[in-house]
Amino acid sequence: MKKTICMGILLIAGAVGLAAQSSARPTRKIHAATQLNGVPAMPRFRFENFTTANGLPDNHVFSVLVDGDRVWAGTENGLGVYEGGTWKTYTTADGLAHRAVLSLALDKRTGDVWAGTMGGLSRISAGRIDSFTQLNSGLSNDVVYGVAVEGENVWVAMAAGACRLNTRMGEWSLYNERNTPMTEIWAYGVSAAADKVYFAVWGSGLLELNQVTGVWDKYDDPDGENEMVLLKDQGLIHEITTSVSYVDGAVWVATYFGDSHYDGRHWHNFLTKDSGLPSNFTNTVKGIDRKRAWFGTDKGLAYFDGTNWAVYRPNLDTGKPEMSVRDAAGKVTEISVDTAPAHNYVLGIDFRGHDLWVATAKGLSHGIYQP
Amino acid sequence: MRRIALAICAGALILGVIWHAGLAKAAAQTAAPVEERYASPLELLLSPDGTRLYVLCQGADEVRVLHLATGAVLQTIPVGHVPRGFSFSADGERLFVANSWDDTVTVIDTKTGRVKATWAAGFEPSSVIEDRAGKLLYVADRIGNNITVLDAATGEQKTTLAAGRGASYLTMAADGSRLYATHVYPNPTTHRTPPKSEITVIDPARARVVDRMALPDIAGVFHLALSRDGRLGVAAELHPKNLVPMAQVEHGWMFGDTLTVFGADVGGSVEVPLDELDRYYAYPFGVAITQDKSRIYVTHGGSECVTVIDTKKLLAYIHAHPEPFAEDLSASAHYVVARIAVGKNPRGLLLSRDGARLYVANRLDDTISVIATRSSQVMHTIRLAGPEKVSALRRGEQTFYHAYAFQGQFGCSNCHIDSTFDGLQWDLEPDGFGKDIVDNRLLEDLRGTEPFKWNGGNPSIAVECGPRTEKYFWRSQTFDDRTLSDLVLYIRHLPLRPNRWRAANGELTPAQERGRTIFNRATDRLGQPIAERNRCAYCHSGPKGTNQKSFDVGTGKVTDNSGMLDTPQLMNVALTAPYLHDGSARSLEEIWTVYNPHDQHGRTNDLTKDELNDLIEYLRTR
Repeated sequence: MKKTICMGILLIAGAVGLAAQSSARPTRKIHAATQLNGVPAMPRFRFENFTTANGLPDNHVFSVLVDGDRVWAGTENGLGVYEGGTWKTYTTADGLAHRAVLSLALDKRTGDVWAGTMGGLSRISAGRIDSFTQLNSGLSNDVVYGVAVEGENVWVAMAAGACRLNTRMGEWSLYNERNTPMTEIWAYGVSAAADKVYFAVWGSGLLELNQVTGVWDKYDDPDGENEMVLLKDQGLIHEITTSVSYVDGAVWVATYFGDSHYDGRHWHNFLTKDSGLPSNFTNTVKGIDRKRAWFGTDKGLAYFDGTNWAVYRPNLDTGKPEMSVRDAAGKVTEISVDTAPAHNYVLGIDFRGHDLWVATAKGLSHGIYQP
Repeated sequence: MRRIALAICAGALILGVIWHAGLAKAAAQTAAPVEERYASPLELLLSPDGTRLYVLCQGADEVRVLHLATGAVLQTIPVGHVPRGFSFSADGERLFVANSWDDTVTVIDTKTGRVKATWAAGFEPSSVIEDRAGKLLYVADRIGNNITVLDAATGEQKTTLAAGRGASYLTMAADGSRLYATHVYPNPTTHRTPPKSEITVIDPARARVVDRMALPDIAGVFHLALSRDGRLGVAAELHPKNLVPMAQVEHGWMFGDTLTVFGADVGGSVEVPLDELDRYYAYPFGVAITQDKSRIYVTHGGSECVTVIDTKKLLAYIHAHPEPFAEDLSASAHYVVARIAVGKNPRGLLLSRDGARLYVANRLDDTISVIATRSSQVMHTIRLAGPEKVSALRRGEQTFYHAYAFQGQFGCSNCHIDSTFDGLQWDLEPDGFGKDIVDNRLLEDLRGTEPFKWNGGNPSIAVECGPRTEKYFWRSQTFDDRTLSDLVLYIRHLPLRPNRWRAANGELTPAQERGRTIFNRATDRLGQPIAERNRCAYCHSGPKGTNQKSFDVGTGKVTDNSGMLDTPQLMNVALTAPYLHDGSARSLEEIWTVYNPHDQHGRTNDLTKDELNDLIEYLRTR
């Protein structure tokens, strides 16, 4: 009895805490998952797609970043910025480290944008571009898959480990197999907060740096490096991680073999066979909060509201726009829609209020929320 | 006959060298002079009620408050070390002072004159200004190359904004909507390309850089002024011509002294010359625009004068000449209406509220010139308290900042801004176009770093400043004996500024400690001994990081006359990018990642990237 009361108090406290966290984040909108004709009312969008035909630098879009009224698109042929209805493109002629822009991050304190490219790291500051490479700076490798900004630090995930640039001191600190539990050094993604920094390391699981203690930790697939899932929800779904998103003290991890969620105590894994994921091959994950996240896979864009799933994509056979909703019981319902993201192969996701911006292999999509 | 002439020349040369060696010896034997502190007024402010003149005395580390009408000293307020800029808070109740060597901002209560607080503010704070709402305090950090943003109530650091290299001077628009920052060293560019600078434009309410106005060909931007209506902006700047041999000095190909004029009145931005065909006005520093916008005033730190520009004529000339005319030295005759002689090294300037008086701070003779703007005449001069006698060291400093060169084109301080460096590479020798390009070096704590010149050809500062520099300044003319010995004394006693990467207690971080071990190592990663000449600590030995010898480290270029290069000292090496004798390495990293393929410049190719980063972290503490 005492135990039940305690659990109840804890649950209420947790619920109050979550509510308080939500109210402190006015920019992140809540898509209310009410029922409509027995189907969870998942968010609906009208997708407007950008390609080279309407000014996008290239149709291969690796990354997207919402920055107030501007939207940045990292493409295979330059960095595009969409503002006031027009596109401007930055190239190597402007000082960009490389034409292929793989990752983007905003320094909210300064408004500067950091771009990870195939040839180094660039800072775009009011039109001036400063580029850092493995030759002219302490950056350890020029192939920059992931970048994140936290305070005065810029965290970088590269083909040869990870690093931190302290922008005040100009100091580069490298992290690799010599000073972390990183067994492979192909770092794909990074997500940083004041307390912890997480790296998705391709073949080396999830790395955690506790910034308070300076201690590194490593989260591996408890099944080892095989493709079987013997111990579901016992840990990370797979070692080949591609993306990480740390938000509100919870970690969302994408792999090429399913996705994971870790709230600091429990793991929960998602596979196509037991969730609404359209594919286990996941390129990117972006958490909204502890409970909700967006996933970019090779077979469409997916949203998880903590219970239900929604998938947005062109039909894999016909190419016609489709949206499907999967409820907690596993029932899938098709929703009639007129638009879909530009392509099923989704590489980047960002939000502006209720709206979505999605980087795909064949264009950039703006998902305009339909209330 | 020719042999006799040669013999005479050789004899004269030997005598010259002996004489200069004597001077050098005399200077070397001179003990470090115990100097009385000169006031060295650098900047001026008018109290909000218009009755008091605030004088930033850089040499005395003080702010002096003078009665505007009488010049009487009302108050003397001690501040931090080497203050470089100051301003009032938006409400006038506080005075902020940027102390460049202390890395602090002093906050002074203007009612009591008491120091209320001292706040940390980045590396080498050089200018400080509060936003109109009184919420944020902006500090330009010369070494940090950024603008540090503080909470104006608590001093808590909010953020840092990337500015131009050597960020130094801030100006707020009259309506408070924009903040403009200039910088004294050029932004990094590709080797042997024209320098580039910028005016960094900030939205002070949001603490965001919103624009970077490009200043092509410019290196060394000082004060900026804006008209009251916000339609006209003017920045004082240097236009170096460092891509052609310095042998062209007699053709005016060394420095241009210019303004960048911008804003709605101009319809963009344009660079306008201040020099004349046969006379230069060196080191334009301070700039002020009258309230009615009819006149622009510019101080010339190297030429002891103030230039007066008729704004209407200037704008008419600009609009009539859409093509660039920065190189046309006949242009200034169309808009410069007066040159007013003032004291030594004039810097900050200030217009009285009614515009009738112009006050000019003459840094190197401790005076303030009071000019009647109607007549463009100096009415009187306020002398600030300080040593009456002008010491040899002070005379040396005056020489350093005076534009001695042919037709007054430039002086030492043109290339050694505030006695440091300029971030440029020069083609100094008259040995052909593009031969022996040399990077400028920092002038601090030079004793024990001889010889000078990248080829180690000058055994002393006396030779460096004498026969060598005289050749650039005039070709045939020379400094007189006393002037040269004073100059040598001044340069020999330029102090070393604090190192910002080394902890105050001298302790090294783990990365710096690892780097020191690499610096001192005698065996490589494979356990093989490293030849003595290939160890960092051999050539860069001693407290200043030089064994004062020359080596061929494989960095010579086909355009160099010799690959043998003097070992440069390492003090404050973090500040002086680019690197190598010709400035070809844009960063410390490139010295080894690009320019040391055969391990001639130290055994480094066995190092991992982590270890190279550690080595660089250590070097930055030197």
